[in-house]
Amino acid sequence: MSSVPRFWRNLGSRYNLEGTRCDECGNYFYPPRNFCVNCRRSGQIEPYKFKGTGEIVTYTLIHTAAEGFEGQAPYTLAIIKLDEGPRLTSQVVGDPEKIQIGTRVRSVFRKLGEDGERGMIYYGTKFVPAEE
Amino acid sequence: MRDVAIIGVKNTKFGELWDRSLRDIIVEAAIGVLDDADVSGKEIDALYLGNMSGGRFVDQEHIGALIADYSGLSKNLHIPATRVEAACASGGLALRQAIMAVASGYSNIVVAAGAEKMTDVGTEEASSALAAAADREWEGMAGATFPGLYAMIAKLHMHRYGTTSEQLAEVAVKNHKNGSLNPIAQYKNEISVDDVLKSIMVADPLHIFDCSPITDGASALVVAPADIAHKYTDTPIYIKATAQASDTIALHDRRDITTLDSTVMAAKRAYSMAKLTPEDIDLVEVHDCFTIAEICAIEDLGFAEKGKGGIVTENGETAIGGRIPVNTSGGLKACGHPVGATGIKQAVEIVTQLRGDAGKRQVAGAEYGMTHNVGGSGATAVIHILSRER
Repeated sequence: MSSVPRFWRNLGSRYNLEGTRCDECGNYFYPPRNFCVNCRRSGQIEPYKFKGTGEIVTYTLIHTAAEGFEGQAPYTLAIIKLDEGPRLTSQVVGDPEKIQIGTRVRSVFRKLGEDGERGMIYYGTKFVPAEE
Repeated sequence: MRDVAIIGVKNTKFGELWDRSLRDIIVEAAIGVLDDADVSGKEIDALYLGNMSGGRFVDQEHIGALIADYSGLSKNLHIPATRVEAACASGGLALRQAIMAVASGYSNIVVAAGAEKMTDVGTEEASSALAAAADREWEGMAGATFPGLYAMIAKLHMHRYGTTSEQLAEVAVKNHKNGSLNPIAQYKNEISVDDVLKSIMVADPLHIFDCSPITDGASALVVAPADIAHKYTDTPIYIKATAQASDTIALHDRRDITTLDSTVMAAKRAYSMAKLTPEDIDLVEVHDCFTIAEICAIEDLGFAEKGKGGIVTENGETAIGGRIPVNTSGGLKACGHPVGATGIKQAVEIVTQLRGDAGKRQVAGAEYGMTHNVGGSGATAVIHILSRER
């Protein structure tokens, strides 16, 4: 992490689930792609803001945290299929008991992590079970 | 294209080698392999070295040049040395580069080596360096770890096919048993299913004993045109296929979370190049960075039906003496996983087996062996098929 420009470039995607869509084939991309993997050079990439609803494809409860996430362990990490089609990797907050394969979820704005006590604080999207 | 043979092999000891540096272990592997092949430095045309992350692990890049220098191949001989990187598949790719160099006629005698020195940094730093094999921007930022990614593969595999934690544990139990018979293995202790299930949970459903360790080690091979291999050795082992494939860097973008399409495609290309089928293969070294990875690998390589990898393991079909012995070296789990070395070490094991030199690990009458080396969570796969007969 720890690169302000690298994080800043993706703020729209991280905060608001802004991705892209190819006008040529109709596929949606999140994380955003500026080059369509299906149409390649004949693709027409447009920005698209995702609704933020979807369901859990698979998940895990992480006990041994990634660097910078130590304070959050144990945390639930999931692959989520957005209703528009693409999948993404995100944390799911809330009661781990309620999280299953197939659980409907919606996006929320949360703190992701921080670079030590004085470094940058990272914000972005996490998910919660849809009924919460 | 010319036929290619492996004429020499060497592994260093694998483990936490605190008293030895990266250059110490690679030089040991390089000098040892020239001894084994009975080749002099003057005869070498090129060196390819698999190394994932020297920059993060030992603060050193430009490792190709460093190794050529300390192996005595630079100052007087000026032999070209090229570092190859594809995360945990770096070693497999280095071997593939060496084979292509010889097959094309560009080079005659080529060294393919792999090395990683992982214990000069702490576990957190090592894990963080390894995490760079995944998509840092869109997996890492969400808090993904490598065990976490493979745990998500395992969770879905269990949900879909009924694979159990006990079946995952059986992979580790078998590989420790094999490792106990391998003099270079990091772990030579046998473990039980219960030991695995009682070990701490890293990322549900994967326990610490479902994970391969952090390891120092180096391995090397010498490849040469098949036509002249007998000048150097009585037991050349022939390359029947080299194949490589890619897939999306992030797990979430895959066609199917429980299948490594890179493995499927590389296997398809390898079988077609060798004109062989999975039934012809006598043993295989697969990339068991986690227990679930071995289960997916035997399915994706065609040794078990999709979803049946756990049952096949539980039934002992992948043990030495079983239908298709998998990871006779102890695999990444017990032999150890110095990431850049693993792909080369797998080929060293297959060569040792096909030569009939594997001692207590020997698979009787083995004629064809396969290596399967994966980068990241499956964005790169590289497969080699080796044969006793040309």
